[in-house]
Amino acid sequence: MTAVSDRDDISSLVAEATDNRVNIDFESEGMTLNMGPQHPATHGTLRIVAKLDGEQVISAEPICGYMHRGYEKIVEVRTYPQINALINRIDWLGSFANEVPFILAAEKLMGVEAPPRAQWIRTILFEMSRVANISLFLGDFGLQLGGMTAGFYAFRDREFVLNQIEAATGGRFHPNFDRIGGLKDDLPKGWISDSQVAMDKLLAFCDEMENLLVGNEIFQSRTRGIGVIPADVALSYGLSGANLRASGVDWDLRRDSCPPGLVYDQADWKVWTHPDGDAFARTWVRLQETREAAKIVKQLLTTIPAGPVMAKVPRIIKVPEGEAYVATENPLGEMGYYIVSKGDLVPFRVKIRSASFNNISVLPWVARGAYVPDLISILGSLYFILGDIDR
Amino acid sequence: MTPLLAAFAPPYWLSTVIKVLVIGAVVPTTALILGVVFLFKIMSWMQSRLGPQEAGPRGTLQLLADGVKFLQKEDISPNGADLWVFKAAPLVVLASTLLLYVALPSSLHLVVEDLDVGVFYVLAVSSLSVIGVLMAGWASNNKYSLMGALRAAGQLIAYELPMVLAVVGVVIQAGTMSLNGIVLSQNDGAVFGITAIGNPFILTQFIGFFIFIAAVQAELTQPPFDMPVAESEIVSGYQVEYTGFRFLIFFLAEFATAFVFAGIAVVLFLGGWAVPWLPVDSDWYYVLGPAVLFGKVMAVAFLIFWVRFTYPRLREDQLQSFAWKFLIPLALLNIVVTAVLKVVL
Repeated sequence: MTAVSDRDDISSLVAEATDNRVNIDFESEGMTLNMGPQHPATHGTLRIVAKLDGEQVISAEPICGYMHRGYEKIVEVRTYPQINALINRIDWLGSFANEVPFILAAEKLMGVEAPPRAQWIRTILFEMSRVANISLFLGDFGLQLGGMTAGFYAFRDREFVLNQIEAATGGRFHPNFDRIGGLKDDLPKGWISDSQVAMDKLLAFCDEMENLLVGNEIFQSRTRGIGVIPADVALSYGLSGANLRASGVDWDLRRDSCPPGLVYDQADWKVWTHPDGDAFARTWVRLQETREAAKIVKQLLTTIPAGPVMAKVPRIIKVPEGEAYVATENPLGEMGYYIVSKGDLVPFRVKIRSASFNNISVLPWVARGAYVPDLISILGSLYFILGDIDR
Repeated sequence: MTPLLAAFAPPYWLSTVIKVLVIGAVVPTTALILGVVFLFKIMSWMQSRLGPQEAGPRGTLQLLADGVKFLQKEDISPNGADLWVFKAAPLVVLASTLLLYVALPSSLHLVVEDLDVGVFYVLAVSSLSVIGVLMAGWASNNKYSLMGALRAAGQLIAYELPMVLAVVGVVIQAGTMSLNGIVLSQNDGAVFGITAIGNPFILTQFIGFFIFIAAVQAELTQPPFDMPVAESEIVSGYQVEYTGFRFLIFFLAEFATAFVFAGIAVVLFLGGWAVPWLPVDSDWYYVLGPAVLFGKVMAVAFLIFWVRFTYPRLREDQLQSFAWKFLIPLALLNIVVTAVLKVVL
């Protein structure tokens, strides 16, 4: 009995080997396509090595590091206020949001808390940078799918937010406005009413985008069912932000574990999720998030308390010995700073957890079997900023 | 009545020289006009920009300046390129465009060659550009170029079919394949017995017009069918290695082809150069014909470019299924209905 089954096994093995040999004979080698480091779809210097069979992707591997600036090392020889100016450049489209978790972590170590007015303005600027960041995503994704006009509309309307950020902080892209214990300055005169107008314009922009792009049939046929990331895969790859919520995971740091120093509980807003997990879901969730962010800003603007914007902190900042990790829900996802201090002028060690690095790590999983044009949909909808990947 | 200019009958060599010169002047001019008006100005206004402002009055000479700039650029050919093929490819594409202009009538006599099978000729030579595109993609020794060229080949061949089938309805209705004959039959026709505007075939062949414009959009590789030159996917496809003068030729060919396709759409569906209440052999048409044609072409071109600036792009397989599953059955249905009505009425 055993002998027969062995013989069966052997013959099946032989047949399999023959099949394999034949398959190898007929198999074409495929083509390796180097997308980037200079490629329009990677908006930055990401390189993707894609192995193609015709136009179908067999494997795609993101290779990052072309823009590595060594922030985690540099900050070991910079004082805390200096670091604040540096880390603006991590996610350069939502700069102010980069400062907040770092400052909050430092405040946590020092046991300082910003006065209420500073907390309010911090949250407002945080959400404004989210609006500026994601509104550009909506246009840029349209641009990558060939709809030029959406891109220009996004650049046009993002300017309203940037103007407000500039009016308050003095910097359009790199505010460097947050301080340990509060903010650099109070708001300029008339800023609150101007910001209300700007947020109304951005809400109108969201409606326009929905009509022009997200509701468009071609756009939907390019994004629906493309690059589906199920919830368990999204969680296992450490995705965060809108990419995770688009996979149906109801997880938002602003609501779930908002660190002290931000006042999201003072506004009435909603976390949007989408069950599909495809490129369309990611776009849709971001569109809704832009609206929610604008609504948060509008509500908080009406309730800013009076008072100082700076707590009592020593002139030369020395952070006491200890370790702290603070993460916030940044425009791209979870961003956190793990600070180890030895009680010095400079931190002993800082680990930056930026969202894009994890978000892009799912690319090899999700790109398998996609077509080259779908690769663009996937890349665009995952939405990464190169500075946020490479730091 | 002897028309003034119709009596002008130069010898063969002279008429050939004149025709060559006219085409040589018309093709770049139309390309320039479309480029400036639509690509620079109207696109800017649609996207809430100003567009070029500095060169010439309100930036109208910007494209001329760009053209001169292109002429100054070094003629680079990539390493490992198939040199002869690489250099010939833009010329083949341009040749297809030039050949298209031969048959476009701008009045009864103002036509380079009034062919009896004008429609057939136009549709045939328009496919020649595929060869140039494939040559460019293959010879560039670049993966993006090759992918772009293969996409272009698949797309241009797939969309030849709906284009031909869309035109068949017009040919059935007009009873002729001559482009001038089609214009005349539209001019003589009547809509519900009213002869005031003749019978532009768009009224009866609106399905054909829609299919024709969709196919033209694909032939011109413009959004939503611009995968062969998709800049965010394959970095402008087959054009990626071309610089300077050769790129300029591609550019010229693209916009001149847009113009001539719009012109053919006008001739087939919108009554061409004719004005219904003026007799077709009037001398006025030596001036009026080109002007009327130009005006209508700009209207159709506006439609084409409006779509180009608004829509995102489809995927290659979606494009193919759109052609084979939707446009071609629709065109066949249109032909059947047209033929039945032609026999019945």
